[in-house]
Amino acid sequence: MSMLRVHVEGVGLWSPQLADFAALRALLAGAAPAPPPPRPAAATLPPNERRRAPESVLLAVEAAGQAVAMSGRDAAALACVFASSHGDQAITDYMCATLAHAPGELSPTRFHNSVHNAAVGYWTIATGCHAPSTAICAQHASFGAALLEAASQVLTEQRPVLLVCSDTAGSGPLAEVTGCTRAFGCALVLAPQASPATLARLDLQLGTAPTDTPLPEPLHGWRAGNPSAASLPLLALLAGTGGHCELTVAATLGLRIDMENVA
Amino acid sequence: MPTLMTPLAVTAYTVTSAMGSGLAAQLDALEHGRSGLRPNDISSAPLTCWVGRVDGVEGATLPAALGAWDCRNNRLAWLGLNQDGFLERVHAARARYGADRVALLLGTSTASIGATEEAYRRLDADGGFADDLLRPAIHAPHSLAAFVAAALKLDGPCLTVSTACSSSAKVFANAERMIRLGLVDAAVVGGVDTLCDSVLFGFNALELVSPEPCRPFDAARNGISIGEAAGFALLERVGTAADAPQLLGYGEASDAHHMSTPHPDGLGAELALHDALARAGLDAARVDYINLHGTASLKNDEVEAALVGRAFPATTRASSTKGFTGHTLGAAGIVEATIALQAIEHDLVPGNLGGDTPDPICGVQFAWRNERRRVDVALTNSFGFGGNNACLAFARAGFAA
Repeated sequence: MSMLRVHVEGVGLWSPQLADFAALRALLAGAAPAPPPPRPAAATLPPNERRRAPESVLLAVEAAGQAVAMSGRDAAALACVFASSHGDQAITDYMCATLAHAPGELSPTRFHNSVHNAAVGYWTIATGCHAPSTAICAQHASFGAALLEAASQVLTEQRPVLLVCSDTAGSGPLAEVTGCTRAFGCALVLAPQASPATLARLDLQLGTAPTDTPLPEPLHGWRAGNPSAASLPLLALLAGTGGHCELTVAATLGLRIDMENVA
Repeated sequence: MPTLMTPLAVTAYTVTSAMGSGLAAQLDALEHGRSGLRPNDISSAPLTCWVGRVDGVEGATLPAALGAWDCRNNRLAWLGLNQDGFLERVHAARARYGADRVALLLGTSTASIGATEEAYRRLDADGGFADDLLRPAIHAPHSLAAFVAAALKLDGPCLTVSTACSSSAKVFANAERMIRLGLVDAAVVGGVDTLCDSVLFGFNALELVSPEPCRPFDAARNGISIGEAAGFALLERVGTAADAPQLLGYGEASDAHHMSTPHPDGLGAELALHDALARAGLDAARVDYINLHGTASLKNDEVEAALVGRAFPATTRASSTKGFTGHTLGAAGIVEATIALQAIEHDLVPGNLGGDTPDPICGVQFAWRNERRRVDVALTNSFGFGGNNACLAFARAGFAA
């Protein structure tokens, strides 16, 4: 089985408890970082879009914007792999409730915002990005599967790729079945070659049994409340000094990641 | 510019749509110019429009062991998998390569949202999902791929691509990347979307649904007809199947323009087309047939017809087949890939059904009626909301660009 080597140039993160990757670092170091304002800033969006955009879009764009800023890359040049296990749950809840009672009153804007690729669509529009963009999911393995897809694009096309994985909290009756109790979003900028912007080198090896590496104490329970938090073992590694972790990429397939700090 | 792609063999494929179940039914409908559209008889409340509904979905019960996955979308997937000996071809690939060496990459726009809609129509007394629908896995967008992985007993990488109406075209690109990197030896690609209230009332709210059967590229076109479909293909390295048709290339690009209308100059569509041609090592003049996205929306057809006019010579024949199937949304990419493959296999350019009064913007490339001619290279266009564009290039077995 071939090994995939990619280089991390930027990391983004947002949750109601953590404003960014630096806050995760602080938390893991034993500090108590101040929580961000309740609505992700999503400064990459033009102000009018930011006011109207659904929460799922704000969350993904916030994480993406942080990672791209850290990388120093031009967002327009990055291929985009956006993942979410459940898409926009508030819109799904709204649509199913409206369709059950008054289908003729469905909002056209909410409908076109309901597509799984809404966040990446808004991102490419805001950044003028004509590169390939995709929106994917793989139930609880969405982050692992997205990392594999992003690394595949980095290596086959020899181009930098923006990876985003985010899920909002659930809404209405749907919340009971998705089990999402809090928002979580993260993003990585991955590149084929080492550069002055490289933070870490990742070696990905497919084919281990599907396991999720245990999380450090302050993050206990985070994965249960949001499928995108399955990224935390890797984010915790990136916040530290190196080592390895395992992620699930499919129901019966795992991915081992060896991380070495470069910066 | 992308590098030249090593072609992949399409060693098996199948399709089920309003044209019928399986490739023979599709070919027969294409040859006879027979539309599968009918007046809407499926939405939970009345809506005047035509739909491409698949017969027999309700009766396609899942095997007992897969019963937890039951919903209309997965029944359509199961119906589709059981056509054209496709299951047997996947079983053979699994035996040959190993279950963890075959990827499963499926596109869908709404997966089994129809089941979630149903749950909301009959919430129990305390406002929760009824017991029979309290199955979390079918209320997630990965429902389709997770079900098919279980049905095919595949243990390799498994991914849902959900980029609206380009979804099941883009999975061919995912497969090529994984095979090129040696992550897998083969891939099952495809997609399934089913008729449901979300898409019928959603597109209706956007004023994109025609009250009549859709008329792609017609001067008087007035909107889309929505359809449902399931389609699958098995991709392997060419060395294993020299007599199979080939995936020569693919292109993907973003409009960066608007969420629900295409770029006025077809910018992303043109980038995807040129990307596909470059990967395939083809001049546009080598393309014999292009199956267009051609939804019959005013804007899509205007932009796409202009692209065909400036990118291809008269020898490239072009048509939309949405008049046969309706717009099958996330399944459109795979449905139209199978039409392109049948065009190659049977030397048939399908006519652009519904275009009785051609829009003057359409050039000489348009095939308004069926044409019998040799087709060595066929392309398909698939464009989605969010400005998401994909183009696939297929060729006859043994074709050398």
